[in-house]
Amino acid sequence: MEYVISVLLSGVSVGGQYALIAIGYTLVYGILRLINFAHGDVFMVAGLMGIYFTATLPVSESLPLVVILTVVLGFTIERAAYKPLRNAPRMSVMISAIGVSYLLQNTATYVTGGQPMTYPSIPFLSNTIGVAGTQTKWVVIITPFLVLALVFALSLLINRTKVGMAMRAVSKDFETSRLMGIRINSVISITFIIGSALAAVGSVLFFTNYPAITPTAGAMPGLKAFVAAVFGGIGSIPGAVIGAFLIGICETIIKGLPSSWDVSVFSDAFTFALLIVILIFKPQGLFGEAATDKV
Amino acid sequence: MSEEVLKIADLQVSYGGIEAVRGISFDVKAGEIVTLIGANGAGKSSTLRTISGLVKPASGKVIFDGEDITGKDPTAIVSKGLMMVPEGRRIFPNLTVLENLKIGAYLRKDDLESDIERVYGYFPRLRERSWQEGGTLSGGEQQMLAVGRALMGRPKLLMMDEPSLGLAPIVVQDIFEIIRQIHAAGTTVLLIEQNANMALHVADRAYVIENGKIAMEGTGSELLSDEKVRAAYLGTTAN
Repeated sequence: MEYVISVLLSGVSVGGQYALIAIGYTLVYGILRLINFAHGDVFMVAGLMGIYFTATLPVSESLPLVVILTVVLGFTIERAAYKPLRNAPRMSVMISAIGVSYLLQNTATYVTGGQPMTYPSIPFLSNTIGVAGTQTKWVVIITPFLVLALVFALSLLINRTKVGMAMRAVSKDFETSRLMGIRINSVISITFIIGSALAAVGSVLFFTNYPAITPTAGAMPGLKAFVAAVFGGIGSIPGAVIGAFLIGICETIIKGLPSSWDVSVFSDAFTFALLIVILIFKPQGLFGEAATDKV
Repeated sequence: MSEEVLKIADLQVSYGGIEAVRGISFDVKAGEIVTLIGANGAGKSSTLRTISGLVKPASGKVIFDGEDITGKDPTAIVSKGLMMVPEGRRIFPNLTVLENLKIGAYLRKDDLESDIERVYGYFPRLRERSWQEGGTLSGGEQQMLAVGRALMGRPKLLMMDEPSLGLAPIVVQDIFEIIRQIHAAGTTVLLIEQNANMALHVADRAYVIENGKIAMEGTGSELLSDEKVRAAYLGTTAN
C-alpha cells in the first residue's frame, strides 16, 4: 500500500513537470501551428543555467535569474529563427526549429564538455518528507499544486485579459487580428515568453529529482511533453495538462511494476504506444479541435 | 465644401507579377458613402486591402485624414481611425459576441460601455447573444457582428468589403438599412459591392472598377441610370 502511494505520488509529480513543458508546445502550436522542436532543449538549457548560477549565487537569486534568462532565450529563438520565416511554408519553420534544437544541444556540449552535470540540491525542494509512511522529496508534493496554480493563472490570463483575448483571436485568424490593430508579432512573442517561463519552472522541479543533466537531457522529457500535448489535443491547454498527468502516472506505474515482470525498461515505449493508440481512435486528441473548420 | 477623408492617388498593386490594381485614383469626402463596384477580380478587394495596410502597394499614395499612410502597418492605420469590415465577415468564432465587439476597440484605452450600447442599439439580436461564441451565429448575425466590431473602433472611415456576400436578400436589406443609419449618425463609409443595385442606391458617389482601373464615376443615381452600367452590373436595360 505504501509502495502504491509512493508510485502514484511520483507519477503525479512527473506528470506535473511534463505539463509545464507541454503547455509551451501547445501554446505555440495554437498560435503558429508550429511544433517547436527546440522547446525540450530550452528546458535543458534552463536546467544547465540552474547548475551554473547556483554555483555562484544564492538560490533566491539564481532561480529567478534562470526563469528570466530562459524567457530571453525563448524570445530570441522566436525572433531569430521563426519570425523571418513567417510567410514561409510551415515545413521550413519546423526545420528551423530542428536546427535550433541541435544548436542548443551542441552549445551545451561545448560549454559542459559533454560531461553529465549534477543538479544542485535546492533547499526545501530536495528535503525529504514522510507521507503515508513513505519517504519522498518535497518537490514531489509541491509539483502538482504549483502546476495547478500556474495553469489556473494562465487560464485567467487567456480568458480574462485583453492580451489573452488577442492570443485567442490570433490563434484563429492572423489577418483579421491585424485589421483590429493587434500586433501579431507581439502576441507571438508573449506566447514564447509564457512557454519558456513555464519550462524554466519545470526544469527546476524536474532536475531536482534527477541525478544529472547531459546536453540531450531535454530530448526525452521534451518528447514526452509533446506526446502529452498531442494526446490531450494539441492547441488545448487543459488537454496538455491532463495528457501530461496521465502519461506521467502511467509511466511511473510501469516503472514501478514488480521487477520480476521485467517490463520497467519498456516504460518509454509504452508512452509512445499510448500515443499511437489514441491517435488511431481519436485523431484530434482528447480536447483537440476538429480537423475541419466550419466556414 | 467638405474635406477629403481618404484620397487615393495612382495606386498600383501587384501580386507575384500580376497587376491587380493598375493606377486607381479616387477620394472619399467626410460624411459621404462612396462605393466601388465592379466584377469579380476587378481589383476592388485589392484596393481595400492595400488601404488597410494588409498589402503594400507597388506605387501610388494613400492619404488618410491628411496624412500619408502608404505602406504603413495595419496597427498604425487602425489607430488613426480607419476600420474595415472584411470580406466574408471573419468574426472570431472562438470569442464571444461581446469579446468580438471589444476586440474591435483593441487599441482604445477609454471606456467602451457607451459604444457597446450603441452597437447593441443597432443590432438588438447581438445583445441577446452577447455570451454566445461568434461561431454559433447565423451568417446575417455574423455580418452584423462584423459591422458592430468595426464600429467599436470609432472609425473616421468605415470600409466594407462585400457586406451582402452570401446573405439572404431579406438580410441584405437589413444590412443596407444599417449602413444608412450608421451614415446618418455621421460615419463616412467606403463600400465595395458586387450587388451594384443596392450599393448605388445607398451611395452618394460611385466608381466603377474594371480590370484594375476606374472605368466610370458619378453620383449613385447617375450611374443607376447609365445604360452601360445597367447592362453590365444591374442586368437590366429598361426601367
